[in-house]
Amino acid sequence: MKNGILTIFKKELMRFFSDRRLVISVLIPGILIYVMYSFMGTALSDLTGVDEDYVPTIQAVNLPESIGSLCESAELSVEIVDSDEIENCKTDIRDKSLDLLIVFPNDFDSSVKAYLTSVDFTAPNIEIYYNSASTESQSAYMTVTALLDAYESQIANVFDINNSDDTYDMATEADTVAMLFAAMLPLLLMTMLYSGCSAVVPESIAGEKERGTIATMLVTPIKRSDIAVGKILALAVIAMISAASSTLGTVLSLPKMMSEVYDDISVSIYGILDYLMLAVVMISTVLLLVAIVSLISAFAKTTKEAQSLTTPVMMIVMVLGLSGMIENTASQVLTTYLVPLYNSVQCMVGIFSCETFVGGVAVTVAVNGVLTILCVVVLTKMFDSEQVIFSR
Amino acid sequence: MTEILKADNISKTFKLSAKQRRLEHTDTRVRVAVNNLSFTAYKGEIFGLLGPNGAGKTTTLRMLSTLIKPDSGDVYINGTSVLKNPEAARKEIGFLTSELKLEELFTPNYLFNFFSDLHRVPQDVREQRKKYLFEKFGIDKFAEVKVANLSTGMKQKISLVISIVHDPDIIIFDEPTNGLDVLTAKVVTDFILELKEQGKSIIVSSHIFSLIEKICDRVGVIVDGRMMKCDTLENVMNGKSLEDRFFEIYAEGKGNEK
Repeated sequence: MKNGILTIFKKELMRFFSDRRLVISVLIPGILIYVMYSFMGTALSDLTGVDEDYVPTIQAVNLPESIGSLCESAELSVEIVDSDEIENCKTDIRDKSLDLLIVFPNDFDSSVKAYLTSVDFTAPNIEIYYNSASTESQSAYMTVTALLDAYESQIANVFDINNSDDTYDMATEADTVAMLFAAMLPLLLMTMLYSGCSAVVPESIAGEKERGTIATMLVTPIKRSDIAVGKILALAVIAMISAASSTLGTVLSLPKMMSEVYDDISVSIYGILDYLMLAVVMISTVLLLVAIVSLISAFAKTTKEAQSLTTPVMMIVMVLGLSGMIENTASQVLTTYLVPLYNSVQCMVGIFSCETFVGGVAVTVAVNGVLTILCVVVLTKMFDSEQVIFSR
Repeated sequence: MTEILKADNISKTFKLSAKQRRLEHTDTRVRVAVNNLSFTAYKGEIFGLLGPNGAGKTTTLRMLSTLIKPDSGDVYINGTSVLKNPEAARKEIGFLTSELKLEELFTPNYLFNFFSDLHRVPQDVREQRKKYLFEKFGIDKFAEVKVANLSTGMKQKISLVISIVHDPDIIIFDEPTNGLDVLTAKVVTDFILELKEQGKSIIVSSHIFSLIEKICDRVGVIVDGRMMKCDTLENVMNGKSLEDRFFEIYAEGKGNEK
């Protein structure tokens, strides 16, 4: 690296790491995301989940043979009680010492048969008493109602779908994880890359103008282009650290967050090449984002103004990130990858869905690289312009 | 006398925004800050630019230090045009102005090293120079303290030291004692005289007559962006006090304008 660029690069990093508050503000989102998502996942799990080894206590009045065998096959232990015990059972449910009481009509099985053959007959009613304030009771209620629903549809159905022990869903675990990550991560990554930029770039460019420290550098023999390149490279490194922290937090907490929906989520489905591609795409994207935000910040008079002026960029980034969530599959048309930032989203969708389009990644990196260089040229001109440097 | 810096018919105008026009009660869209100004500074002398606030002193010094470009004319530093080769010109000069600020999160030690790197000062030379300048200005005790935690006087001393890390032959000071307490102002004034003794060429702008009278060999009086008088201090004063002569020249300048 050239002397001047290296000097500015080191100075920017030094300034960043000298400011404890700035470092914390950049790294804290990742930790917060991890803690928050993990907590949310655990809380959701606690809210709806019951210990796998837990055996619900169920009592039934007039338990018919048909349902008794059904419960047996579902490994639900049901204690039969007399009808004069109903009130005591209700009290036990209120006290949470009993999970469920099922009260069947006296002649449930014959009533069902009669209902099926006659239009005038009233459907037999099953009464299930439970306590929604008890997770165990609520869970037992859901299990039993699901069982009864299944039984009801079974006796009335004229044909069955997938009514055998065979596995019908052909999706592998990897497919499920890939689909989930392809939908969620491009938006998250783009947002985090942008957040990393917006946390440090306006402060470094507009802040230096505002504080008058950039002019001190401009009276030294260093080339304006060296200042521009040094700053963009250093800020890209800081933005990447920030994005990496947030991404790590998200990826580590995702399995806990989604544990209610998917049993086992792991990023191990991706290989080194996938991670390498992702790193290349992210680096080229962060360089472009830093360059764009740098231009806007150089134009702004103050850090505050720079932050306001960059709001539309944030909205564009988020909308483009959302497009990845909607499309879910990466485009195979090369020209799609000529559109800056959208190309990054497309690359990420491709990588996460395990269908990386290498040509698209190459075009994306090239496009982002060319645009970053263009931004550096413009930024150099801006650093050379007294209207820009002294506009306060 | 060896010519070391030459301002050759330099002019600078600034566009006035609608807000500025409103504030200044004027309809003109441009303000002439410097108008065909010429002067020459020679090796080993202290040249003073004297003028009231808004006369164009700072704009002139900014053009000399390559921070802004003249609309017309040129500045030659040791024969090098600032328009054609600003980077070469920057190597020759040190520029100190209250407008140029230091990053407050850094320590004087880090800033000295950083600016030495920008000026490509060799490591061994840098360390010797740092030791000499830090001891001279009493910065050595605060070398590892962040600038934000230092007094205004100490900050000004650090700015001064930073502006000359590369030991330039030409040093430009814009209002060097502005806002300083008497003790720090004396340290700065004495140092300027010491630099002269070392053979450096110094250009100082100020509106403080006593400072100009004390340190300058030659003086240029600027009124409304025009050089009204440029001569040795003795000739400018013409047997009177500098203050009296300045007001005479100022009145002439304003009269000519009418």
